[in-house]
Amino acid sequence: MYDAGKVILGIVVALVLVTFPMWYNLAGEATVTVPDLEKARDSIPSTLCVADTVWMRGHHMDLLNDWRDQVVRGGDRFFRPPGDRLREKSLSNTCLDCHVNKDKFCDRCHTFMGVDPYCWDCHVVPKEIM
Amino acid sequence: MGIDRRKFLKVSGLTVLGLTGGSVSKVFSSEDSTDVIQPVRPAGPLTAQRWAMVIDLRKCQEQHECDDCVTACHTAHNVPDWGNPKDEVKWIWKESFEHAFHEQEHHYQQEKLKHATALVMCNHCDNPPCVRVCPTKATWKREADGIVMMDWHRCIGCRYCVLACPYGSRSFNWRDPRPKIKKIRPDFPTRTRGVVEKCTFCEERLARGLMPACVEACKHGALYFGDLEDAHSNVRALLAERYTIRRKPGLGTNPEVYYIV
Repeated sequence: MYDAGKVILGIVVALVLVTFPMWYNLAGEATVTVPDLEKARDSIPSTLCVADTVWMRGHHMDLLNDWRDQVVRGGDRFFRPPGDRLREKSLSNTCLDCHVNKDKFCDRCHTFMGVDPYCWDCHVVPKEIM
Repeated sequence: MGIDRRKFLKVSGLTVLGLTGGSVSKVFSSEDSTDVIQPVRPAGPLTAQRWAMVIDLRKCQEQHECDDCVTACHTAHNVPDWGNPKDEVKWIWKESFEHAFHEQEHHYQQEKLKHATALVMCNHCDNPPCVRVCPTKATWKREADGIVMMDWHRCIGCRYCVLACPYGSRSFNWRDPRPKIKKIRPDFPTRTRGVVEKCTFCEERLARGLMPACVEACKHGALYFGDLEDAHSNVRALLAERYTIRRKPGLGTNPEVYYIV
């Protein structure tokens, strides 16, 4: 092989560069700050969300998509969570009724995760227009 | 003699109260959310096999200046007011008689009809051409009650439906409507740029047991809303009793908004 030294050196340098983010994280230099999300409105007990908190954290987008289809396409607008009163399947009227501050709840986590949902292009944030 | 009619009614009434009273009071006591403008299903949804509307244009003519229904609808549904016909978005509006009913119009028409205006909106056709052309099924006729619905999530803004509708009932949002909405209501979404919108017979109000906003707003009783399949409904009674016309019946769309002229 011609120029074996240079080729091997090049491969090693490339490998180090490609895997740099992993080394950097392993070295413990980068710390992740999980955003501090605001709790739901005080008057509402934390257990009263439409579903379990941990489940909601990972699946609220699926829930909202299901609600959207059930309400708009099925005309099925209301539901009763276990041990709770009748609720409306509505982002603006139900979710944001407890999670009053969209910027300190929805936006904070969405920014952290690098996602940009377009729900609010149409759905109103009640607090912003009051 | 065992139990008389009066006593039976008393006892059964109390029993029903006792059985349902507890749950009813529980529902109302936990109703602490005052932010929601529309009550959560106060009396169950209004349902029908085929919703239809009858508009008494004679009553409308007596109140020439009145546009309560238009205001009520456009306020309830966050419809923007652009103030120019190019960008205009409308769900219900007034049209001159000759434009609304150009098939029925002629040169020697009654004077009162010549200058009449007709209240027009989506006709919720039985055979809706807008539904046929929609490539994404963003608009469809509901099986349950015949309402021609819209799913604004799914609308891609191709405007086939705008062209297909022979009544001009559909409006396109050429620009972001939010800055032009006088007062945004929190309980109804706005639309976004690139989406078509139209009257939905207030299906969101029907689900809460409320009549459509225009019908509720009309002080003069010119708008009737009811079930066409129910032989004893108000609309069927009117249709049986009065001479009524529809817009462009020759097209075969079978519109479900009827006019008394």
